[in-house]
Amino acid sequence: MSAVEDVVTEAPAVEAVPKRAMTLGTGTSLVVLAALLIAPVFVKNFIIFQMTMLLIYGLAVLALNILTGGSGQFSLGQSAFYAVGAYTTAVLMEHFNVNYALTLPIAGVVCFAFGFLFGQPALRLSGVYLALATFALATAMPQLLKLNFLEHWTGGVQGLVVTKPDAPFGLPMSQDMWLYYFTLVVTIAIYIFAVNLLRSRSGRAFMAIRDNEIAASAMGVDVALYKTLAFGVSAAITGIAGSLGAIAVQFVAPDSYTITLAISLFLGMVVGGVGWLPGSIVGAAFIIFVPNIAEGISKGLSGAVFGVLLFLVIYLVPHGARQVAILGQQLAGKLRKN
Amino acid sequence: MELFTNQVLAGIATGAIYACMALAVVMIYQAIDHLNFAQGEMAMFSTFISWQLMQWGVPYWGAFLITLIFSFIGGIAIERILFKPLAKAPVLTNVAGFIALFAIINSSAGLIWDFTIKQYPTPFGSAPFLGSQLISTHQAGMIGVTVLLLLGLYFFFQYTRIGLAMRAAASVPESARLVGINTSWMIALGWGMASAIGSIAGMLIAPVVFLEPNMMGGVLIYGFAAAVLGGLTSPFGAVVGGFLVGVFENLAGTYIPGVGNELKLPIALALIISVLVVKPAGLFGRHIVKRV
Repeated sequence: MSAVEDVVTEAPAVEAVPKRAMTLGTGTSLVVLAALLIAPVFVKNFIIFQMTMLLIYGLAVLALNILTGGSGQFSLGQSAFYAVGAYTTAVLMEHFNVNYALTLPIAGVVCFAFGFLFGQPALRLSGVYLALATFALATAMPQLLKLNFLEHWTGGVQGLVVTKPDAPFGLPMSQDMWLYYFTLVVTIAIYIFAVNLLRSRSGRAFMAIRDNEIAASAMGVDVALYKTLAFGVSAAITGIAGSLGAIAVQFVAPDSYTITLAISLFLGMVVGGVGWLPGSIVGAAFIIFVPNIAEGISKGLSGAVFGVLLFLVIYLVPHGARQVAILGQQLAGKLRKN
Repeated sequence: MELFTNQVLAGIATGAIYACMALAVVMIYQAIDHLNFAQGEMAMFSTFISWQLMQWGVPYWGAFLITLIFSFIGGIAIERILFKPLAKAPVLTNVAGFIALFAIINSSAGLIWDFTIKQYPTPFGSAPFLGSQLISTHQAGMIGVTVLLLLGLYFFFQYTRIGLAMRAAASVPESARLVGINTSWMIALGWGMASAIGSIAGMLIAPVVFLEPNMMGGVLIYGFAAAVLGGLTSPFGAVVGGFLVGVFENLAGTYIPGVGNELKLPIALALIISVLVVKPAGLFGRHIVKRV
């Protein structure tokens, strides 16, 4: 009998992850946090910049993780939300002289609205169709930013230059280091928010929809509302990441936010483990550092080396960093028993 | 009016390419339920092989045939070596695998043949077709080959035992296995055929877009769009979708003010999404009913 049932019930689009398994234990979290706090003191400015980018991409991957790992919707359009966030910050800072810290919540709200609205037509689509729709959004975004009548605000193809903020209160740190700590605080705040969101009533609704949409609606979950809400929240976090990215790179231009960025974020999520929030930072590290490593191994074949490394990762751990963490936990458990 | 007919015919001609690509996409989708993001790169690599053969003095149709066989075997090899081990892995991991394959093929082709643009010959010539100024013989040839291909596939799936076995393996794998069909090899066969069809598309479009490692990027996107528009479960729909996308893309570029080459793609995609919102399974797709 079971064989027949396997055939008719389609496998869920995303690997189901129980919500307790979505986060790290307290001990591990504190160690990671301490490492993130102390590290910049010992390294050069360029490495601090890279660590900032790591946190920023980590946020963007986290956002995708909430959408895909949480509510089971697939998106290749995250680069569009990232671009909207980045441009909101750049325009506010350069045209209206708004303080950089204030632009983050504004970018978050703008992107939330954008994501929520985009979620409405996306409601009718799922799986590959949703992938295509979000993909369309990602390919359209750079072209839209180049449009003539927006050029006064967006700077057209040239883009906008963003000034990097100084450390406030006369703190004795470089701009890069200040921005790193600023990003770290924002990242931690959003991470805590995300963890709590997934533990809340809304988070349970997301997961119910992910695991079985029809059953969820039968239990009284407002499927349309929560699906669009997931899009909105994910877009808002991606937008904030985009804002931070614009400040860190000091430059926004349409061609920085192409489909390549969306694909990178997607790869980051897969490598980190779909639905496992701490994996986001591992995934971000993969998409930032592995292309560099690949280029170091062979200049001409960097793409091929990257592909081979990616294949190795998905062969060894098809469930990403989450699988490594689970293995580690089991190992630790065994050692404790002995 | 003449401009309109002209644009529609040109659209049908490019649509033939998208139709070919969409057909390849649907073939793999039927076999394994995934969109193959590396399809375009596989086609590009095959096209380079045929170019290399011609450089070595093989005549066009000889090179065409050898490339078809090479692509067929190559497609099967990729499935056996790279994707069979991933069959049990989560869906999204598979997608990551396609992206990895994309990077590997693109980068290797760049290294072997470098990124300079190359001329590619056409077997049909480029004179006006039947004395008409609207369509060249190459474009007519492209449309003809696509239609032949579609007919061939139809007969293969409808009237051969192996075609029937492939359909069975795709729609109900468990039961197909019980009646003695080797479903695992049917998937490999699907990959091989998709790869061969893709190589035909590559060889047909190379005279138009010129040969270089990134030539298939745009074509594949239109191919996906066409496949989704026509319905991913229907090869016939994929071909119709291909022609529709080609025509619409050309008309939008000509008649909607402010739409240059840059905005053609977003507009075409926007149209497709609007169609999908009304008909979520595509124009000719089968609606899949899920059990809770």
